[in-house]
Amino acid sequence: MTTLTYADVLASYEPVIGLETHVELGTKSKMFCGCSTTFGAEPNTQVCPVCLGLPGALPVANEKAIESTIRIGLALNCSIATWCRFARKNYFYPDMPKNFQTSQYDEPLCVDGYLDVEYDGTTYRVGIERVHLEEDTGKNTHVGTSGRIHGADYSLVDYNRAGIPLVEIVTKPVPGTGALAPEIARAYVTELRDILRTLGVSDVRMEQGSLRCDVNTSLNKPGAEWGTRTETKNVNSLRSVERAVRSEILRQAGVLDAGDRVLQETRHFSETTGDTRPGRSKEEATDYRYFPEPDLVPVAPDPDWVEKLRADLPEVPAARRERLVEELGVSAEDMVQMSNAGVVELVGATAAAGAPVGEARNWWLGYLAQKANEAEIDAAELAIRPEQVARLITLVADGTLSTALARQAVEGVLETGQGVDEVIASRGLKRVSDTGALEQAADDAIAANPDIAEKVRGGKLPAVGALVGAVMKATRGQADAAAVRTILLEKLGASE
Amino acid sequence: MSDPRSERRISRDEVAHLARLARLAVTDDELDLFAGQLDVILGAVARVSEVAAADIAPTTHAVPLSNVLRADELTPCLPRERVLAGAPSVEDDKFRVPRILSEEV
Amino acid sequence: MNDLTRLSAAEIAAAVASGEVTALEVAEAHLERIAQVDGSVHAFLHVDTEGAMHAARQVDARRSAGGDLGPLAGVPLAMKDVVVTKDLPTTAGSKILDGWKPPYDATITKRIKDAGVVMLGKTNMDEFAMGSSTENSAYGPSHNPWDLNRIPGGSSGGSSAAVAAYEAPLSIGTDTGGSIRQPAAVTGIVGFKPTYGNVSRYGLIAFSSSLDQAGPFARTVLDTALLYETIAGHDPCDSTSIPRPVAPTVSAARDGAGGDLSGVRIGVVRELGGEGYEAGVLASFDEALGTLKGLGAEIVEVSCPHFEYALPAYYLIAPSECSSNLARFDGVRYGLRVGDDGVNSLEDVMSLTREAGFGPEVKRRVMIGTYALSSGYYDAYYGQAQKVRTLIVRDFDAAFAQADVLVSPTSPFVAFELGARAADPMAMYVNDLCTLPASLAGTPAISVPSGLADGLPVGLQIMAPALEDDRCFRVAAAFESASTPVLASIRELP
Repeated sequence: MTTLTYADVLASYEPVIGLETHVELGTKSKMFCGCSTTFGAEPNTQVCPVCLGLPGALPVANEKAIESTIRIGLALNCSIATWCRFARKNYFYPDMPKNFQTSQYDEPLCVDGYLDVEYDGTTYRVGIERVHLEEDTGKNTHVGTSGRIHGADYSLVDYNRAGIPLVEIVTKPVPGTGALAPEIARAYVTELRDILRTLGVSDVRMEQGSLRCDVNTSLNKPGAEWGTRTETKNVNSLRSVERAVRSEILRQAGVLDAGDRVLQETRHFSETTGDTRPGRSKEEATDYRYFPEPDLVPVAPDPDWVEKLRADLPEVPAARRERLVEELGVSAEDMVQMSNAGVVELVGATAAAGAPVGEARNWWLGYLAQKANEAEIDAAELAIRPEQVARLITLVADGTLSTALARQAVEGVLETGQGVDEVIASRGLKRVSDTGALEQAADDAIAANPDIAEKVRGGKLPAVGALVGAVMKATRGQADAAAVRTILLEKLGASE
Repeated sequence: MSDPRSERRISRDEVAHLARLARLAVTDDELDLFAGQLDVILGAVARVSEVAAADIAPTTHAVPLSNVLRADELTPCLPRERVLAGAPSVEDDKFRVPRILSEEV
Repeated sequence: MNDLTRLSAAEIAAAVASGEVTALEVAEAHLERIAQVDGSVHAFLHVDTEGAMHAARQVDARRSAGGDLGPLAGVPLAMKDVVVTKDLPTTAGSKILDGWKPPYDATITKRIKDAGVVMLGKTNMDEFAMGSSTENSAYGPSHNPWDLNRIPGGSSGGSSAAVAAYEAPLSIGTDTGGSIRQPAAVTGIVGFKPTYGNVSRYGLIAFSSSLDQAGPFARTVLDTALLYETIAGHDPCDSTSIPRPVAPTVSAARDGAGGDLSGVRIGVVRELGGEGYEAGVLASFDEALGTLKGLGAEIVEVSCPHFEYALPAYYLIAPSECSSNLARFDGVRYGLRVGDDGVNSLEDVMSLTREAGFGPEVKRRVMIGTYALSSGYYDAYYGQAQKVRTLIVRDFDAAFAQADVLVSPTSPFVAFELGARAADPMAMYVNDLCTLPASLAGTPAISVPSGLADGLPVGLQIMAPALEDDRCFRVAAAFESASTPVLASIRELP
């Protein structure tokens, strides 16, 4: 089989994507009991008879979780059910204390909405099939040489997470994205995450698992019926969403081109390899034997309450962006760029902390985007806060730091988690403004690089960069590069 | 072998399937016994279909209630030693289970 | 005072309150009785001697200190082992929970303790309350104090036997399809199944969530009402608990004891009688109707055509819900674990654990429920059964338009011999014919002794509309006042 390029594939196939997103709500207590939901507690310390599924224990639904789910539904333009029930999803798994999950089946709280996603200035409307409420499971740790479920010797279960309210947001199939399917998928999750954050219903930390994605992908020939879809699980960063869709498109195209059929199956995304692997095929088709949860009574949201929740919704990110275009005075083009990079909120927050919008934009689209990219994380996940970035911008503006020093300060903050001023103090990041020292360093650089000096003297001005570099190195980056350049050019009798 | 006297509602294989779904490692003897008994019981309970109920709403509880909700407030959790006290096997304050074959759902 | 075990709960409470006896003396008398007879009755799975004496001493201390004693303070009680009791073994009659000591109390356990009621121990039952004879207990059957070769009814047979054998004046049972009423009937005592939602299910090991309801057993109607009022009332821990005050049953029992039923219309359900009922049972029922008439009641005949579908609907709904409720018993967090040899997978160990931990009736019902909930069968089975419930509710509504209460025999049979019906599940299921309609409709029903047939007790079932639990007590107390006490004929145990 020849290796297909992504462009090849998209010339002959059209992808259809769909996303199922699970969001852990940030309620104080669990879905059906009063246990804490705090992340990272000692194992099995946040459990009670209810969330441990002890014989006799009974659930009572958390009002705040219902409210949050309705608010999510409203923000996603859904209809809110006037009457709905929880259902039991029956299957055996050790992370589920009752061996059924209390979820919703054919009567979800919210249905039939949409989310407009912008990418490169174009708006894509992603249909929302349903938003429903369920409970999270506990956590299994697999013990053995592999550290994974396959080949593990045994597993250990911690039920602290069991019973945390979990909202599942399911899109309708999204056709018509063409080659941009991976980017649209990512943009959707980004937009959804920003909405959830704006609503204040979840801390939406993908790295802690409070926002998790399953990605459905299928391919079809133009004009043909939609193809068989696969469901890729374990897609737990924005970058992975994009990679998973791209990799699954390539894989399915390979299968189809070879004349084979795509199997309807669950696949797992590997962060390491960037591709998807099939799940172990099940011995028997799963039959969840859903039925209405008899231990709970129906939820019938009062229409007045729903309308009040609707009226009190915060400004959604799309509207906020529109407002920012005006308020911050950024261009529509800049906004697209910032939006694609997922840094609109970050730029806004940096500007709000006192930095000029242009500088904030440059940092977040430039050096900080680069650091995020290197770490293979999202800019929002960088361990630096917008206020800290604003502080750096101020320090550069008042001449305390050079740009190069400010970048070193960023490194320090990311590495140590210390504050900006602490990093500057501990690393001695001070601009060298002693002209005598700079002159000496410039003379040394010229003496050490006679060939380059000659070129500059001969009018090849760009060659001076190498000498600037040498001086910067000698001063450990604490000099102002522009000033160094001026000194060198003067000494070499060249001018711009 | 099918029973010539009546139409069977459930086969021995289906009973074996149900036992697997329900995580019951039934023996062959039990399969024989249960297949016959389940067939009789299902034959008896299938009588519910004699009632025309197309336009009848289901009843789940005697006195219909709705919106029974609790405020989002913390209540005390169990002490961990009580949580783990009844467990067949514990390691590192977690419940220890044998290796898992099936995929996470 | 003479034999303390022969007193009613009301009499004991009065004697304790007046200082005539101490709660400790009462507890000791009953513990002694248990030591004497429970070897042959086997009503108890666990006797909590220390706990009972401690609770009794606390009541006595409160009395000495001049503290308020509730209407049942110092009265001993036997608790069905399906109700969770903190630090006390709770098995639900199953091997799978052998040795489990719950870290919490059921709401009704708490209420009983708070009322100063002295819990003597936990009583035997059909495994997970599935059965009508206690023969499905993993710990061996209980025996009917009227004839030790016969069943004490089920599933709450340990609780009924304990009260009939004078091991306790009060006990708690649970009723899903008749598990309080039928044992009460066949042991000659009173048993009450409340309106679904009037007694908290929090801490009741669930069999069928939409049907389970705990209730009292006692030897008198008044005692039954006193215990009911102790455990009843809204509980925020149970979403299906009805958030309003329960109808006053103690005053209804006292009113009824006056013996005047004039103006009360009593409906006889045509479909609950006739073929398949023992002649002695039908004769006792006819006699009971005569008694009620003599008290001034008007007897009317009512028809409930869908009651004949109660049995099939019940044997779909209860197994379906139990198949899910019992999934948690998997050998991971508590209870039995079998086959963990370092080689078997988790799936194998779960299956081996459940295979070894559950008895045949539980396995049968789990499999029937698994079948009935399967995709493709749900609508025809579970869904249809829930619709049949609606039709049964409508039958009740129509009947209650003509009558204030409905009556029937509690069970088609008197206590049968141990083993007589054990081989055929369907033969066992028909025990529930008369009790199932009220279970499915969630309506209250009481069983009171109506007489003897061939020397064995027969029960009269009195059914009332939902939330009108007090009607059961009023009519039952009136009936009791006009009947010869059935238990007076019981022979002393060997």
